[in-house]
Amino acid sequence: MSRLVVVGASLAGLRAVESARRAGFTGAITLLGAEEHLPYDRPPLSKEFLTGDDAPKHFRTEDALRTDLDVDLRLGTPATGLDPEQRVVHAGGDAVPYTAAVLATGTAARTLPGLPALAGLHTLRTLDDARALRTAILPGSRVVIVGAGFIGSELACSARRRGAEVTLVEAAPVPFAAAVGAELAPAVAALHTRHGTDLRCGVTVTGIDGEDRVRAVRLGDGTALSADIVVVGVGAAPVTGWLDGSGLKLDNGIVCDETLASSAPGVYAAGDVARWFNPLFGETMRLEHWTSAAEQGILAARNAIDPAAATPCTLVPYFWSDLYDSRVQFVGLPTSDEVRVVAGGAGEESLLALYRRGDRLIGALGIEQRRPVLRMRALIGKRTSWQDALAAATS
Amino acid sequence: MKIHIDTDVCTGHGVCEGLRPDVFEVGDDGIVHLLTEEFTEADRADLEDAVDQCPTQALRLEG
Repeated sequence: MSRLVVVGASLAGLRAVESARRAGFTGAITLLGAEEHLPYDRPPLSKEFLTGDDAPKHFRTEDALRTDLDVDLRLGTPATGLDPEQRVVHAGGDAVPYTAAVLATGTAARTLPGLPALAGLHTLRTLDDARALRTAILPGSRVVIVGAGFIGSELACSARRRGAEVTLVEAAPVPFAAAVGAELAPAVAALHTRHGTDLRCGVTVTGIDGEDRVRAVRLGDGTALSADIVVVGVGAAPVTGWLDGSGLKLDNGIVCDETLASSAPGVYAAGDVARWFNPLFGETMRLEHWTSAAEQGILAARNAIDPAAATPCTLVPYFWSDLYDSRVQFVGLPTSDEVRVVAGGAGEESLLALYRRGDRLIGALGIEQRRPVLRMRALIGKRTSWQDALAAATS
Repeated sequence: MKIHIDTDVCTGHGVCEGLRPDVFEVGDDGIVHLLTEEFTEADRADLEDAVDQCPTQALRLEG
């Protein structure tokens, strides 16, 4: 009998399961989740989950998964190994056989090396992480966030909304440079300044003081920041340790071809863990974005159950962040030959900038420019020329 | 076949418009509107993709 094994029960894994059933797959489906929770939505965890309703946003009920989609759901069951020769996934002491597999194990929060295990020291990736932070952050709490990327920045907004005193510490001269390019990273960082958040850039963390709980964060310049809560937000690393020894080709993620096929027959990858060749840009990439997880989950399952009809994954990267009352959006890629601001500007309420590579529109950044950004996304997908994109953006 | 838009939840990401600009359009009010409500079976796969890829789960397909 055919069996699709989906490893990872977050967005990409869930969408893979749904898409397989929708495509008419009648074999068995096993969905393995490392966490105890039903699939839930992560973007709210750094935003409204911390400031408002504490009910997690589950995509589907357990009954819908088990009954409507006929899924063999195994939560709290992290996969521990893959044997591509025997075609089995090892998990929870079982060897689960597969005819096709979608690996969507996502990423795990990075930490800093050598940090002591202290109460008050947090990361933010999972629902459990968010619950712990929700309980810990109180009005007047002194919160130091190490890393001013989008998660750290959203957390800073949420913690300030809860009345905490927040200091954001960033090692780079400016945050967001990898995400939106060095040129306009300061324009995004300016949102913190504009709202009075204490953002300190070019500052390294050398240690954390405290006996049982955190007391202070020691900085490279010799000063110390008093803290009740320290959150390390220094990015995430693909969860591939369980694949060591499997023979699967790994390189900062699971290496895939343009159809999301890994180096092992019948094994596909989707979401944050997949490093695939995106034909639209002619380069290999790994994205940690909501929309690519959904899109890749859908496609990986379709391709896995019908490899002969596999289609390429040609998506245009898209991420958003809600900082204070501004929506920051980026589509495409930030590595460019030229960046041109076509509306608004740094320090203003809104900004729209286009990114050129060669004679093509390759990316666009918007702050409070919702409609224009999504239209630029469509143009990037159509490989629109720079001149045509400029004309469209300014018309 | 009918598409429901939860206008309290939609924040105008426009992923649906990217998939089917002839069906969905983010308006000046920042939320998505339907340009047509006439669908055939040929539209089903696209509409399902739009539902599944909506970052705020604001869309629902009925029928």
